[in-house]
Amino acid sequence: MSNVAITVNGTLHTREIEDRTLLVQFLRDHLGLTGTHVGCDTTQCGACTVIVDGKAVKSCTILAASVDGASVSTVEGLADGEKLHDVQAAFHEHHGLQCGFCTPGMIMASVNMIERHDGVLDEATVRHELEGNLCRCTGYHNIVKAVLSAAEKHRAAHAVAAE
Amino acid sequence: MYETRYHQPKTLHEAVGLFSEVEEAAYLSGGHTLIPTMKGRLAAPAHLIDVRRIPELSGITVGPDRIIIGAATTQATVAASEKIRALIPSLCGLAGSIGDVQVRHVGTIGGSVANNDPAADYPSAVLALDATLHTDRRSIPASEYFAGLYTTALEPGELLVRVEFKVPEIAGYAKFRNPASRYALAAAFVARHRDGNIHVAITGAGNSGVFRWAEAEEALQARFEPDAVQGLLPDENDLMGDMHAPADYRAHLVGVVTRRAVENLGGTLIE
Repeated sequence: MSNVAITVNGTLHTREIEDRTLLVQFLRDHLGLTGTHVGCDTTQCGACTVIVDGKAVKSCTILAASVDGASVSTVEGLADGEKLHDVQAAFHEHHGLQCGFCTPGMIMASVNMIERHDGVLDEATVRHELEGNLCRCTGYHNIVKAVLSAAEKHRAAHAVAAE
Repeated sequence: MYETRYHQPKTLHEAVGLFSEVEEAAYLSGGHTLIPTMKGRLAAPAHLIDVRRIPELSGITVGPDRIIIGAATTQATVAASEKIRALIPSLCGLAGSIGDVQVRHVGTIGGSVANNDPAADYPSAVLALDATLHTDRRSIPASEYFAGLYTTALEPGELLVRVEFKVPEIAGYAKFRNPASRYALAAAFVARHRDGNIHVAITGAGNSGVFRWAEAEEALQARFEPDAVQGLLPDENDLMGDMHAPADYRAHLVGVVTRRAVENLGGTLIE
């Protein structure tokens, strides 16, 4: 067993866990944050994507003990009360989901992508950067539209902030 | 996954010492091969020794004729390194073509080179760029390092610390991916070294892993142009044949990616 202290969505959580605990199990089973999904459980589908210290990662393939001290963002941490995060709002507006299972991972990957590129994205880049997220409903077209729309909003907001 | 004990040593000495003291240990770097293997219960190390917080395993050092990369450096870091791009842009392109964004944020060069998956990208750069593999106890030339599928010259408990690449005059990397797994069905790293020697390393296709393709090297040595390898194919008896691609198709692909690597010197072509 190991003691870990992991900050999740701004709140520090201290737990004693089995060393084999995966980060996704820590989030879902220990903290009850079930927004992060387990799809393939083999590092392929990206449904379990969360952001660890600014980097999108697949939480099904990371030991929770190895991110002791880190800061983790999950889909639950995006909205401000009833107000959706811009990426969530864009997925809603553009119908960037069908069954919705892959959506938390798509959204976390997209949030991280937009931040890493400062919102400067084109369709080819979005499609390339979403290679690690699979949508079995094949709803990619609207997902890409949603990401581009949220990226544009991010860019506009930062342009205003810079003035 | 079976139970395991996780360790996070802060020094090289501590990590190597721990490996020798406990039974059934494994080093853990990015873990993007080891953890899925453990989840499938195909590996069950009793102790995991995470090497990512050991200072010697991080950092990128660039000299005029050498690039030295710490073993725990992630694929994303190599892909984005302007220092590396200035000297070996194809190495950045190769790193940026591994897996996907999330995988590149975690997977490491040392993990890839120590695991020696026959479809991994980095082994081809290690061979073609005449790298030296520095471990906790010695330095191994690339020509003596790879020893067949998932097998290397590393001894039990020997830890890969740094990979030192020779900066070539020019290099190119071309890969043809399995569209589902995105692993290489065949990929070629071609380098012309400053002493004039040409190295062609093929990954994804060989039935004993990465290899130098001597016939292509001879042809390119005579004439360093894409069509110098036109019509040249490796012996399909030396290639893998499986449900993804039979050996004769892989032989064809090896010819194609080698030509494309020479067509894209200074770059990377991923299809």
